[in-house]
Amino acid sequence: MKRQKEAAQKETLKRILGLIRPYWWMAALILLFAVITVAATLYGPILIGQGVDLIIGQGNVDFAGLRSLILQFLLMIAVTGISQWLMSLMTNRITYQVVRDMRVQAFNRMEELPLKYMDNHQPGDALSRIITDVEQFSDGLLMGFTQLFTGVLTIVGTLCFMLTLDLATTVLVVCLTPLSFFVAGFIAKRTYTMFKLQSETRSEMTSLVEEMVGNEKIVQAFSYEERAEERFAGINERLRVCGIRALFFSSLTNPATRFINGLVYAGVGVLGALKAITGTISVGDLSAFLTYANQYTKPFNEISGVVTELQNALACAQRLFAFIDEPPVTPDDDDAVVLEKGKGRVEFDQVGFSYDPKVPLIENLNLKVEPGQRIAIVGPTGCGKTTLINLLMRFYDVNTGTLKIDGTPIGHITRNSLRANFGMVLQETWLKAGTIHENIAYGRPDASREEVVEAAKRVHAHSFISRLPQGYDTVIAEDGGNISQGQKQLLCIARVMLMHPPILILDEATSSIDTRTEMKVQRAFEELMRGRTSFIVAHRLSTVRNADRILVMKDGKIIESGRHEELLEQNGFYKQLYESQFAATV
Amino acid sequence: MFRLFRYLRGYVRESIIAPLFKMLEASFELFVPLVMANIIDVGIKNGDTAYIWRQCAVLIFLGVFGFGCSITAQYFAAKASMGLGTGLRRDLFHHIHGFSYTELDQIGTPTLVTRLSSDVNQVQTGVNLLLRLFMRSPFIVVGAVVMAFAISPGMTVIFLAAVLLMALAIFLIVKITVPIYKKAQNTLDRVMLLTRENYVGARVVRAFSRQEDEKKEFAGANDLLKGIQQKAGRISALMNPVTYVLVNLAIIAILLQGGVQVDTGMLTQGEVIALVNYMNQILVALIALANLIITASKAWASAARVNEVFDTPSTMKEGERQVKEKEEAPAVSFSHVNFTYARAGAPSLTDISFKAEKGETIGVIGGTGSGKTTLVSLIPRFYDTTGGEVCVSGVNVKEYPFRQLRRKIGMVPQKAVLFAGSIRDNMKWSREDVSDQEIWEALEIAQAREFVEKKDGLDEQIAPGGRNLSGGQRQRLTIARALAGKPEILILDDSASALDFATDAALRRAIREKTRGCTVFLVSQRVSTVQQADKILVLDDGALAGVGTHRELFRNCEVYREICLSQLSKEEVAAL
Repeated sequence: MKRQKEAAQKETLKRILGLIRPYWWMAALILLFAVITVAATLYGPILIGQGVDLIIGQGNVDFAGLRSLILQFLLMIAVTGISQWLMSLMTNRITYQVVRDMRVQAFNRMEELPLKYMDNHQPGDALSRIITDVEQFSDGLLMGFTQLFTGVLTIVGTLCFMLTLDLATTVLVVCLTPLSFFVAGFIAKRTYTMFKLQSETRSEMTSLVEEMVGNEKIVQAFSYEERAEERFAGINERLRVCGIRALFFSSLTNPATRFINGLVYAGVGVLGALKAITGTISVGDLSAFLTYANQYTKPFNEISGVVTELQNALACAQRLFAFIDEPPVTPDDDDAVVLEKGKGRVEFDQVGFSYDPKVPLIENLNLKVEPGQRIAIVGPTGCGKTTLINLLMRFYDVNTGTLKIDGTPIGHITRNSLRANFGMVLQETWLKAGTIHENIAYGRPDASREEVVEAAKRVHAHSFISRLPQGYDTVIAEDGGNISQGQKQLLCIARVMLMHPPILILDEATSSIDTRTEMKVQRAFEELMRGRTSFIVAHRLSTVRNADRILVMKDGKIIESGRHEELLEQNGFYKQLYESQFAATV
Repeated sequence: MFRLFRYLRGYVRESIIAPLFKMLEASFELFVPLVMANIIDVGIKNGDTAYIWRQCAVLIFLGVFGFGCSITAQYFAAKASMGLGTGLRRDLFHHIHGFSYTELDQIGTPTLVTRLSSDVNQVQTGVNLLLRLFMRSPFIVVGAVVMAFAISPGMTVIFLAAVLLMALAIFLIVKITVPIYKKAQNTLDRVMLLTRENYVGARVVRAFSRQEDEKKEFAGANDLLKGIQQKAGRISALMNPVTYVLVNLAIIAILLQGGVQVDTGMLTQGEVIALVNYMNQILVALIALANLIITASKAWASAARVNEVFDTPSTMKEGERQVKEKEEAPAVSFSHVNFTYARAGAPSLTDISFKAEKGETIGVIGGTGSGKTTLVSLIPRFYDTTGGEVCVSGVNVKEYPFRQLRRKIGMVPQKAVLFAGSIRDNMKWSREDVSDQEIWEALEIAQAREFVEKKDGLDEQIAPGGRNLSGGQRQRLTIARALAGKPEILILDDSASALDFATDAALRRAIREKTRGCTVFLVSQRVSTVQQADKILVLDDGALAGVGTHRELFRNCEVYREICLSQLSKEEVAAL
């Protein structure tokens, strides 16, 4: 188990390195600058110490030496400043570049994923991977790595510099500092469980708040306020108690390490002073030692923080890679043909399909639709009406049998050209956040304003569009808040109208459109269907009545088919359905 | 922000002790360089080993006491800030419950949620840091300057200049980068939007074969984001080098000036080292302060957002005592009711008058925006009328305590929302003492019995937002939830939209048959839904275009006829 996990981590690391490879020269420069920065920074205290040694006492100051030393010091400051700056500059560059690359990769995969994946996963999942995980990855791994690297370098470097000064004092520092490391580790471990408890309690509270406040109107409608407050108070108190502990223990890290640091400082001070008396080291050396003692524990603490962050970042990267590795839709066959806009003949031949192999849905479906025919699909909720759409548009592939358009099995047609033969208007109106023009021209981005206006006019959308403040350039907000549901539907219809597809797939809205707009939508549908083969998931009587053929579906099977009157005469399921809609009048 | 400090009232002791002890710790820290200077100037110079050991004991003593003070401070700060957060959350949650629909519409519930969770957390963190560090960092900076002054008045200029320049540099860098980061955040929002949009709209994107363009657009947005982030990064990358250079230049100045002063005997070698140490302490404190200011400004903004909620008073006062309902009066009556939404220009309802007798079924029909939902929202007094009065059981709704009024009413809103928990928990929303049998009866009427039985029965857990149920199932459960409380008035606000017509018809039949004595309001856009009602209210643009039965209205009401013609077949219309 553990080995497997390690292997997976190794694999992830390898892929991360692969991501960085194109910018290897920058990465190499970062390492180089890190070495320079650390070395120069560490050299500083020694120079200061030497400076101090030139200022011994009254009448005993070596000004000439001081001056040349200060020149050295200035040079060193310049080198440190510049290399430090370049280092963070490059780290930034490479970090944001890699973030961009990862996001684009993930997004590109998303565009290739089979619909099956998207139907089974919440959009929030993909969103959190592409946005949050990538962010955490970059923060943790790339920034963390530089921190880790400079941290280790600083420790090693300090050690070397101290050794050049004095062995015994170095040993003292080396022996005492792990103390701080342990204390920090101990606190981190204790706080981890407390933080976990706190974040669990916090998310418990957030979900309660989201539910209650998010649905405040219902809470009030049911006079649930007091009960909600009781539940809230319970969680709130628990959060207070565990919050205090988490906050307190986590805020101990700094004072505790400062304390240990103070001990090291005192130790170095005494030992150094005693040695200075005997003349083994100079006062300047002592001052350098004291600075090192102050700095030495810092990288240790940083490293202990960085390690958890690195692990977290690795986990994020793994999640992202898992998303990128989702198998995409099978590519079009090499010999797939490009289907020109055809007549619109559709043929289902022994088609079988199911989402879940254990639950058979469509079996042995045979159906021939001649060009220009109008097919209405009716049936109770969940009977498989939308499945037909999924198959026609090849959002899902049939399991058995063949589905042909103008005589060609759709498996042998390139997806793009297949879909260009279809115009689809779904119940859930999806519009892009963009202008009205862009939305209508979605299928043909090169369409001229005249063509867009023409399409809008034909679906009776022109009048409301021209009443909008910016007309066709009005920007539709993400939630489409500035236009009504019915108007959105009209835009979706106009979008198809511009494409002149030979076959239509229409999913009628069940409700929520006001009568007047609904009449417009109806007229628009009529206009659109003229001369085209159309499949309509029907909710409206007039649609059913005008259809050339009605398919009555139940549990994934077409159980009846025919014209409205014929079906009524059959006195079967359709009749039942039809009557129940108007049960009130019976 | 300061207003929220009243939540520290119960923690006065903690909020004074915390910063006080922090300052104490800081002053201990300020003594360390002095002690070290003594070790060098007295101990080393005179070769006094005993003195050195004594000073070492002083150092350890300072450390131990500093640590003790610090622990005390951290504990009290944690206690005070968490106490503040807890009180703040409690009151905010309570305050929100006092809002009427008018306030809820104005503020919007999603922002209330963020204010209650992340904003309060921000404030809490901000207060904690404030208690701990806000005193400490400036104290160290000022203390170090004062110490430097005490050691060598001549050096004060160097210190003041260094503090000023470093503070200026930090301030400028923060000031320049904050707006850029904000811009980056906006661009990130766009990246998120594109991601969500493409995921949700995958079918349409593919139907139009626009994948390649979408990919390009996404890459473009990301390039933009990358550019902004790198720009911000370029500037904030200056922070460390600039402060490093400044502090070391100051040290050079100390060495030079120190050299002169030591030469004349005004200063000792140890004191020079102490001055260098003070300079380093100042740098650390200033950087801590810069981070603190960033956190504090976030907390400040959050506090303002929280206060905004507190500053919004509830526009509605409930009746103070139980009212006596009139037996004979109609269940619901409107007389000359006008209603205008807050900040809306035009009224949503004008001069509505009607009576609904006990046990009647009232249909409410009209187009989108005609005022149907508004009309039924006035019955449980979700909004107050702007004119006229609404009476329930003969008593003006304004005289009722909310609880008494709303217990009488079963509301099924348009949006079918269920809560996390079992189906049973959800069914007990109207009353806590609803029995299982009553629940099953309600489920039966709502046409939900069958699918609930197929699942885990009443113990079936509902995922947050009811994700494990279909839209139709959710709607039926919300209907059952309202029915379980045995309401006297049942309001169905277009709540069968996700049901297929067979289920919808069965539901209406069951409600008609099994809830006798209950006054039912059926809001719908479908004629077939309201057709059978005892009385139909036809709304057109907020006004009552007609009241009557289906037949009467079809004959006399122009608006109603128009709606019928658009929805019913010629035969059905002809049959009238």
